[in-house]
Amino acid sequence: MTNEDLKNKFTELLPAISFEEGGEWLNLFVSPEEFKFFAGKLRETPGLDFDYLFCLTNVDWKTHFTMVYHFTSTIHRHNIVVKVKLDRSNPEIETVSDIWRTAEMLEREVYDLFGVKFLHHPDLRRLIMPDDWEGWPLRKDYEDPVNMIRL
Amino acid sequence: MDVNGNNREAKDFPGKIHETPGGGIVLSKLDDVINWARSNSLWPLTFATSCCGIEMMSVASAKYDFSRFGFEVARATPRQADVIIIAGTIVNKMAPVLRRLYDQMADPKYVIAMGACAISGGPFFYNTYSVVKGADHVIPVDVYIPGCPPRPEALLHALITLQGKIKAGLTREQIKEDSFLNP
Repeated sequence: MTNEDLKNKFTELLPAISFEEGGEWLNLFVSPEEFKFFAGKLRETPGLDFDYLFCLTNVDWKTHFTMVYHFTSTIHRHNIVVKVKLDRSNPEIETVSDIWRTAEMLEREVYDLFGVKFLHHPDLRRLIMPDDWEGWPLRKDYEDPVNMIRL
Repeated sequence: MDVNGNNREAKDFPGKIHETPGGGIVLSKLDDVINWARSNSLWPLTFATSCCGIEMMSVASAKYDFSRFGFEVARATPRQADVIIIAGTIVNKMAPVLRRLYDQMADPKYVIAMGACAISGGPFFYNTYSVVKGADHVIPVDVYIPGCPPRPEALLHALITLQGKIKAGLTREQIKEDSFLNP
């Protein structure tokens, strides 16, 4: 599908969706409440078939978090980027690990470094940092007086 | 004296050849001979934690070939290795592993810190929660090579410097042993 076809299809699924173009891929902005429903549709809907979540990460914008999901379809070879704004003081979003199994590890990594809570995740533990580590090291306001100097 | 009757003294060999009719006698100190022998057969441990490791591999390969200087075969077990080249960033989680590898190496053992990360935590990752600010916080280091990564020639130079240090009896191991024997 071309980007135009994709946009029409997405608007049909989710009237509140907004887009951003100009980069390499089509960007979609979705609200956290509608995200889970939308993610399910991305995988199921014939013609879309986004069967591969190839990148899942988070950005700390200081005012808010943005979850960034990169999807591709191994059948149709079209790519999209889905962005979801989260409240920085209580970052929560539904897990997609039941839709794309790879998200299980990727979400654990984001939880480990940013402290985003993935609701209904089967095993939300720290992945890289030691289990008893306190704090979320990739947040912009993270401070470690022993190992880091303030710049 | 060699088979052709020419006087021949090995340039690096410590000691003198005392000529006698029909041959010669080598005069030397046993310690010096041992150091000479050890310095010319140093087996490195296969250990690399980041991009300096790629550079180390290139020095091991045919183009630069550190086995020309006696760094013959990289050993995959610390128990058979003489020298550990710390090639790359050491993070807090890696530090105990590095310490254990060092402890498992048989004496005498030598350490080379290769590149900015191994020396001081590195040009990029210094100010973070996860990086050890210099491998010498974990294990004692004999030779430091600056660079990011160092040129292959720089690593060769460091290896030859280490050999010189061993021959002179100046590595940490040797000084420690000396002070233990002659307090």
